[in-house]
Amino acid sequence: MLIRYRAREGMLAWAFHRISGVAIWVFVIFHVIDIFLSGADPGAYDTVLQIYASPIGRLAETLLGAALLYHALNGLRIIVMDFWPIFTRYHRQLWYLNWALFTIVGLPVAFVILKPIFGQ
Amino acid sequence: MTQRYSRSGSVRPTRQGSERTVWYIMRITGLALFVLSLSHFLILHVLYDPKDQTAAFIANVRWSSLFWRANDWLFLTVVIVHAVLGIRIVAGDYLNGRSRTAVMTLFYLLGLCLFAFGTIVVATLPQPPA
Repeated sequence: MLIRYRAREGMLAWAFHRISGVAIWVFVIFHVIDIFLSGADPGAYDTVLQIYASPIGRLAETLLGAALLYHALNGLRIIVMDFWPIFTRYHRQLWYLNWALFTIVGLPVAFVILKPIFGQ
Repeated sequence: MTQRYSRSGSVRPTRQGSERTVWYIMRITGLALFVLSLSHFLILHVLYDPKDQTAAFIANVRWSSLFWRANDWLFLTVVIVHAVLGIRIVAGDYLNGRSRTAVMTLFYLLGLCLFAFGTIVVATLPQPPA
């Protein structure tokens, strides 16, 4: 889809928003079930959290954080353009601003989450 | 040239009615989630590490006060509204007629189930003895 249409910023922003939204949906389903276990079966909950804390779990956690941060920033960008239409002129610049904020906030967070994999 | 539409959201319905209400709900819940979801992630994935989050941690630390239980229940409610209405937009893009109704019925039920499970655990998980 992205290659065929020679996607540019506006379409990529839309596609990433949709993909990240669906990804967060999947995690929310898991997350409600696991937190339900904390009451229903505390032992099972502790086991699930150990999986989350494993190296693969931490990688998934980082991806989840990335999806969440992108969706949050781009959602704000959509709201800004919806309520102040003049900003649609600068939709590309806003998107690049999103990526700047995404990098500045995301890199330190990813570092904190992934650090235990390399045994500190 | 000013384009009066957004580059990745959907255009605000011009006529008043439920579609327009849904459009506003999507944006208001989105704004609320910007705060609720990012603060949640910051606290439980950065300030605390998942390896320390046992069931006892939830009962004794995370949900030791009514404030955090209320905060998380609000978060649950707003997430489900935003997520179900978000899927409604996606379903509207790819499906129509009966298949759309069928898919959305499933997602309304799923949303209701998640809301029920989340509400039960946040309301009934025993508090530690004071």
